[in-house]
Parts: sequence; structure tokens; C-alpha cells
Amino acid sequence: MKIHEYQAKKFFSDYGIPVERHILCNKPEEVTAAFSQLGNEKVAIKAQVLTGGRGKAGGVKLAGNAGEALQHAESILGMTIKDYPVTRVIVSEAVNIHLEYYVSFVIDRNSRSVVLMMSAEGGMDIEEVARRSPEKIFHFRIDPLIGIPDYLARRFAFTLFASSAQVNQMAAIIQNMYRLFIEKDTSLVEINPLVMTREGVLIAIDAKMTFDDNALYRQPGVLSLFEPTEEEKTETQAKEKGFSYVHMGGEIGCMVNGAGLAMATMDLIKLYGGNPANFLDIGGSSNPEKVIEAMKLLLKDKQVKVVLINIFGGITRCDDVVYGLLKAFEQIDTDIPVIVRLTGTNEAEGRDLLRNTRFKVAETMGEATLMAVEASNKQ
Amino acid sequence: MSILINKSTRVIVQGITGRDGLFHALKMKEYGTDVVGGTSPGKGGTLIEHIPVFNTMYDAVQQTQANTSIIFVPARFAADAIMEAADAGIELIVCITEGIPTLDVIKAYRFVQLKGAKLIGPNCPGLISPGESLVGILPGKVFTKGHTGVLSRSGTLTYEVVYHLTAKGVGQSTAVGMGGDPVVGLYFRDLLEMFENDPETHSIVMIGEIGGNAEELAAEYIREHVTKPVVGFIAGQSAPPGKQMGHAGAIISGGSGSAIEKIRALEEAGIRVASEPSEIPELLKVSF
Repeated sequence: MKIHEYQAKKFFSDYGIPVERHILCNKPEEVTAAFSQLGNEKVAIKAQVLTGGRGKAGGVKLAGNAGEALQHAESILGMTIKDYPVTRVIVSEAVNIHLEYYVSFVIDRNSRSVVLMMSAEGGMDIEEVARRSPEKIFHFRIDPLIGIPDYLARRFAFTLFASSAQVNQMAAIIQNMYRLFIEKDTSLVEINPLVMTREGVLIAIDAKMTFDDNALYRQPGVLSLFEPTEEEKTETQAKEKGFSYVHMGGEIGCMVNGAGLAMATMDLIKLYGGNPANFLDIGGSSNPEKVIEAMKLLLKDKQVKVVLINIFGGITRCDDVVYGLLKAFEQIDTDIPVIVRLTGTNEAEGRDLLRNTRFKVAETMGEATLMAVEASNKQ
Repeated sequence: MSILINKSTRVIVQGITGRDGLFHALKMKEYGTDVVGGTSPGKGGTLIEHIPVFNTMYDAVQQTQANTSIIFVPARFAADAIMEAADAGIELIVCITEGIPTLDVIKAYRFVQLKGAKLIGPNCPGLISPGESLVGILPGKVFTKGHTGVLSRSGTLTYEVVYHLTAKGVGQSTAVGMGGDPVVGLYFRDLLEMFENDPETHSIVMIGEIGGNAEELAAEYIREHVTKPVVGFIAGQSAPPGKQMGHAGAIISGGSGSAIEKIRALEEAGIRVASEPSEIPELLKVSF
């Protein structure tokens, strides 16, 4: 789960990580008031959207007077950045930037630990820095059993700074970021850039946080900030019912048990020249009710012309899936062709139940996919 | 021979009184696995379907000399169960549970490391050495004894691949589902090394998917250290970036983790990559 910059900055402030003064505005006219309230010569108007690349899209502008601030706010508040409409901006004091740094904590899959990443190449796309000059990024693995004691925080800070004035500020920022990372169950806390002002003060002028979805049950404060898009709403509803759904936009609706097999099924549809309408993993259990819910969700997508059901029964019993299917189609009125492939636990029973029904039965995943692609081409 | 589990594997089922725990305890027993007990705090001293139940892993290991455990407890208690098993002296811990907070896994994994134990999963289907032992939820019938090692980030896709192997007479030494979470225990490199050192394993099938760069690192490792033929398969070529595809770990982020990159890395390391699961047995035969 992602949150906005201004929300991340609230967490930063709560955890003693310095951020510049800023005011959230929902309407252009609020920006004028914010400008005078800050009392700064220069301000930045920054779009609040749950996606990256807002700078390139023109979502960040500097203003030197109230009129200019209003003008920028009017243009930014009407924008759409990567399909996200901009409904909020922050007006923040422009600081005197001397140098820019990059700092983040991330989950590193390979070392199976939290890693601190720092670079003196701040303010730009860190993936670009990683590609061009990986030696300019420092990585430090954090041992979860000791965290970051003072000596480590100092050692990390000395990699970027020489003077103790900055080292002390940096060490505190590192420790506070880590505490925030752990206590709020995040998967990323990033400051890019962390700036050193001409006065020698370190300030986070951007803030990015993403959270571990698996831990949201114990983070009610974080969960309350969730702003799902329409697509995410459907995905969340699916999750609550015990399956995962991702809309893809093609014509062949898929229902599969298991995420890996579901991905492989979509891939095979593409390989055979078709287009998958969705990713849908009904999970391990074979509760017929779940199959009904999944079919309803899948058929809500009016672009779906054919349905492909690919079940490899392990825990999932093939006959249970068929019971669900038969029930679902008693309730759903459609003449869309449905192709079913069943292998594994109770496949014979499942196939028997499908005899003399509207469902077309295939022997293998390859055959089923081919049938689905052919049927979608005919529609 | 096989890796990790065999006829002398003695298993404790953590969370044996739960619906899934009991169901799979019986399935494993039926397959021939030596299920020596289960745990369920407060139900120690009783029997469930003739299997002794213990209050703690400490008691269970003391009384049964178990060396392996399998975890079915709910997500919010599962990391604790991993640590309990490691502390009790279990050597191989298999965690089936899905949805454990990542930071809990990181901490538990560190503890497992300190205790010198091994972890498989979480969010995995477990593993099987056909004809010897099944520690997991994999459908035993699909597998057959043989000389191909299988490692995978997925469950049902593994069954699909193995189904084709078995149908073409390619048996398996051990098949391991490593789990679909961002952070899991034994991973590609560890298992590749074990298969390389196992004299009964003659070839390897490696099933990856989008997210992370473990397949790329595995390709590098194979190029330098693996002499046995390896065939690969990568799921998620049609997956859009930024979307989590079912598994918490299956997401293309920041332009990396895509199937195309992984396939390229494997091919550059001389590994044949199948374009669909049914091709794998053929590619294995060609590789010999």
C-alpha cells in the first residue's frame, strides 16, 4: 500500500525526521493563503499523487509570489498523472539547497533483511544511478536482532559526511527512519532528496513510504489512509473473498487455482495469440461459494467473450470446483463459451459432473488454451 | 537419494488440531511420511487420529526426536512458530502459512540461521522426495521417483510441470516449492547447490516467476557451479508492471523483475527455457 508525500511527511515529523514546512491544499484559492502563511520568498507547489514521475509530468512548480502560486496550483490541480487525477497539492517552503543525497530503507529479498541504501547522488532516479554507477550507492544490511545501535548509525553517517555537525544529524535520521520502518511495517521508506541547506541543516524535501499489505491488520492508522483506485477496489474485494484478481483488458477471462499456474495460463493465452482479460487465482480451497463469487467477478467485465477455467487439483478438489461452477451458472445468465480443464484430485468425478452440460471439457492446459483462443477469435 | 527429506525424516505438524493441519497430517501419513506428532498449546497429552499432540515444540522434540516440522498455524502466529521450532532443535522447518508480515519473517529467518536450522517457505507448498517422504501439501500422486530435481516459487504450477515430467517418464529426486513471498528461507542458490551435490539427481528443472532478481542470480550461479543440465521456466511474461500477481513476491517494480529479463539471463547462462510447461520433458532429454 502506498501513501501520499504529505502523509509520509506526517510520519516523518512524528518520528523526528526533519521535513520542510508545508501546507496541504485541496483548492487553488487555499494556495494563496498558504503562501502568505508560510511567509517565504519562494515556495514549491507539489502534486500529491500515488505514483512516481510527477516532476517530469509538470506536477512540481516553483512560485515566487502569491499570484504565481495560484496560477501553478490551478494548472496542477486539474492534471492527471499516469491516470491519477491530482486532487491535492502541498505548498512547501523552498529551501536553500546546497547538496542532495539519497537515503532509503528497503526489504532486500536476496539477503532476506532490511537494507539501508545511501548515495551522494540524490535528487535523481536511483535506479538510473544503480545502472550507471552502482559503486555510488552504499548498501548496509541491518541485523533484525540488534537494529541500528548508535555506533552503527555513526558509521553509516560517516560514509556521506565528514563534519560532525552533519554526522550527528544524519545518524539520528538513520535511526529514526529505521524505527519508523519497523514500527509501521513498511516495505520502503525513502528520502530523495535529503538536502543539506546552505546553513548546513539536513532536511527531507521528499518522502515516500510503502507498506506491507500482510501487516495492515495490525496497522489501523496506516490502513485508514488507503485510497484505492477503482481497479484496486475490485482487487481488494476479491482479496476479502479469498482470491486475487488483476484486470488485464483482453477477451479471455481466466479462473485458475494458484498464482504461478494463473500467470502461466495468461502467458499461454498470449503465446497462442489470444488476450487474457484478467488474472484470477481462486487459491487453495475449493469452497463452491468461492467459485461462484469468482465467476461473478470475472463476468462483470463486459469485454470477456470466453471463459477459460484451468484447475490443477491438489488440495483443491476438481469436483468441488465443478459444483461451484454449476451453481454459479444457475445464477448467471450468459451464453459465453466456458472451457474447463481439470487435472488432479477427483478429476474423474469432476468430468462426470460436466457431462451433458454447457461446458466444454479439455484434457490439458495446452488444449484448453487453444480452444479458448479459437473461441474468442470466432466471437 | 534425495535432498532435505528422506525415509528417516521425522515430522511434527505445528497446528495439527486446525482444519488444514489435520487434513494434511493425514495426507502425509497416507503417503508414507513418518508423522511422529503435532503441537497445539493446551491439547498436549491427547491423541488426534492416533497422532500424539504436544503443548510445545520443546516437548515434541524431546519425546519424539523429530528433525523436521511443518507449520499450518495462522499468519499472525506463524513467525513465532518458526522460531519455536528452531529453538527446539528442529533442523528443517517448512512453513505453509500464507500472509505473514515480511518483517516477522526476516526476524524469524535470522533466528533460524543462528540456530543452524533450515527454513522452507513461508507461503509454500512444501517438498517431496517421491517414494520416501512428503512434507507439504503437494498431491503425492502426481510425483514419481527418479533423478530430476525440481525447484519452484509456485505450487500448482509445479504440479503442472511435474505432471508433464511424470507422463513422459521423467521421475523426480526431490521437488521443492520455495514459496511465493518476497522473503523466504532456502532459495534458488541453496537448492541448486544441494541438487548439484546429490549423486541421485542427474538434471534440474527450475521454475521461476516475475519479481526480484533471484532467477538472474541463479543463472550466474549455474554458469559457474552447476555441471548438471538445467531447464528453466518463467511465469508472468504477460504480467503488467506494478501489479502484484497473487503471490506477494510476484511484482515487477522499478522496471526490474520482468520475465523477459529473467529468461534472457537464463539463456545467456546456457540454460534452456521452455515456452510452456509441456515442453520441459523434451528440453530435458535434449540437454542430456
